[in-house]
Amino acid sequence: MRPFCKIDHVDKVFTRGSTSTRVLKDITFEVTKGEYVSLIGHSGCGKSTLLNIVAGLTNATTGGVLIDGVEVNEPGPDRAVVFQNHSLLPWLTVYENVRLAVDKVFGKGKSRAERDEWTLHNLELVQMTHARDKRPSEVSGGMKQRVGIARALAMEPKVLLLDEPFGALDALTRARLQDTVMALHQKLGNTVMMITHDVDEAVLLSDRIIMMTNGPDAEIGEILTMPMARPRKRLELVSDAAFLACRQRVLEFLYERHRFVEAAA
Amino acid sequence: MNMPLAKSDMSASIPAAPAAPATAKVLALPSRQTPFNARMLAALGRFATAVLPPLVMLLLLLTVWEILCSRPGATLPAPSKIWTEAHDLIVDPFFRNGPQDIGLGWRVLISLQRVAIGYGFAALIGIALGTLIGQSVWAMRGLDPIFQVLRTISPLAWLPISLAAFRDSQPSAIFVIFITAVWPIIINTAVGIRNIPQDYRNVAAVLKLNHLEFFYKIMIPSAAPYIFTGLRIGIGLSWLAIVAAEMLTGGVGIGFFICDAWNSLRLPYIVVALVYIGVIGFVLDRLVAAIAGIITRGTSVS
Ligand SMILES: Nc1ncnc2c1ncn2[C@@H]1O[C@H](COP(=O)(O)OP(=O)(O)OP(=O)(O)O)[C@@H](O)[C@H]1O
Ligand SMILES: [Mg+2]
Repeated sequence: MRPFCKIDHVDKVFTRGSTSTRVLKDITFEVTKGEYVSLIGHSGCGKSTLLNIVAGLTNATTGGVLIDGVEVNEPGPDRAVVFQNHSLLPWLTVYENVRLAVDKVFGKGKSRAERDEWTLHNLELVQMTHARDKRPSEVSGGMKQRVGIARALAMEPKVLLLDEPFGALDALTRARLQDTVMALHQKLGNTVMMITHDVDEAVLLSDRIIMMTNGPDAEIGEILTMPMARPRKRLELVSDAAFLACRQRVLEFLYERHRFVEAAA
Repeated sequence: MNMPLAKSDMSASIPAAPAAPATAKVLALPSRQTPFNARMLAALGRFATAVLPPLVMLLLLLTVWEILCSRPGATLPAPSKIWTEAHDLIVDPFFRNGPQDIGLGWRVLISLQRVAIGYGFAALIGIALGTLIGQSVWAMRGLDPIFQVLRTISPLAWLPISLAAFRDSQPSAIFVIFITAVWPIIINTAVGIRNIPQDYRNVAAVLKLNHLEFFYKIMIPSAAPYIFTGLRIGIGLSWLAIVAAEMLTGGVGIGFFICDAWNSLRLPYIVVALVYIGVIGFVLDRLVAAIAGIITRGTSVS
């Protein structure tokens, strides 16, 4: 089977003045359709850079990304991004933020009424219809992130890219949002690539975890497949042997084999 | 002595009085609301804290002024003298006794019309140029130093140049307004455009907004608070400049009126005109601020 998303020997070098640092070194992996993949690694190792390359917001220095057989060379709604800090437009309401994306992506394909319906449908998916006429500043951080997810889902992306989507949230909100995302993945079968710092989150949500070594010259250290059946239940997994083993494995990778060296940062 | 002024202050507060019961009536409908009287009192209290201190201060200043200028040998007219000598001017802003003998209301309107044209051009061109400078590194490198020099030139220094170019006082005055107001608008717009968060640019990139969509869906709303800061500074400067320009170019505006009154040594007239200018300037500033408040609702909070 042809891989749905292929990251092919990606190198990224940042040059500032006369000094250039290679942040990413020879990153190669494939993602199949409907798969949920997490990128985990210490701060500054280049996760966001990699995700931005997939999104087309940054260009790889060498190598490239293929989505569904097409090379990525610019951003587009087929690779919708949910940014860490929600990035909703503060002058638009919750509804208008999603509607902007819907109008842009389906402006030609759907009628006005269909676009309205599709916007509301996506707000419904993340349980945000009640706040449709509020502005981002009037809703909580978790709600903003939900709207960000609704906006991304509304684009019907081939790959959904999440850059630390729950990073700025408190533990309880975070857990609820993780459940939402898990349920949506189950229901819609999206292909998802997510960055996270949180080992439990990665193990709970992902089919595979891509562990990156510390930068500069960050590479893929290890790829771990999560065998637990879906749908997964947070509380049941706490005592699940496979879950604990995976968690152990990721923790070992991060905190023993590739300990974050403060001095190098 | 101060009675007339105090009276006009009171009449100014009368329109506010009927407004209060009207709001109270609307709010009294839900049962959980605080009682009618308490709300009335609260509104009255707020009104009093906002209006009373400046009113008291004004009366105080007028009294001091009256005392200082009533002494023999005083060079400036006391408020009471102004009231008696400029009575016609104060009570009826919209009289017409001839082409040059018209109420101050008319004069202000004529000045405002010039400001509207000059400032309108300044707003359009300022926002357009500011957008260009904020957008393009090269336009900024080329134009910013030039603008930084040009903006320090006094509006009146432009007047001879514009008189020579237009050979007519009306367009010259308008040009002076334009050239005065345009710099803060350009510079603030450019800063606003440069400060558009990368996040918004990323959103626009992912959505593949085209240039036009990016302009009016992201750029303008995102830079709106900055643009309005520029517009607000601009309207203030325009109003400063129009008076000065009219004093030099003539015509029938409020600035020329001051010049004329000075030539015929009618100081009370000048004082009345100053009050008009001050109040109108204040209203203009508040007007732009209010429009800004409505349009940038939500934007500045993020
Ligand atoms: N535009 C840039 N120019 C120069 N260096 C950059 C640029 N963007 C990122 N870097 C560098 O690349 C490295 C990786 O950055 P990146 O943001 O991808 O890390 P990250 O893994 O996402 O970190 P975090 O977990 O803190 O978000 C960092 O050392 C950063 O300083
Ligand atoms: Mg990052």
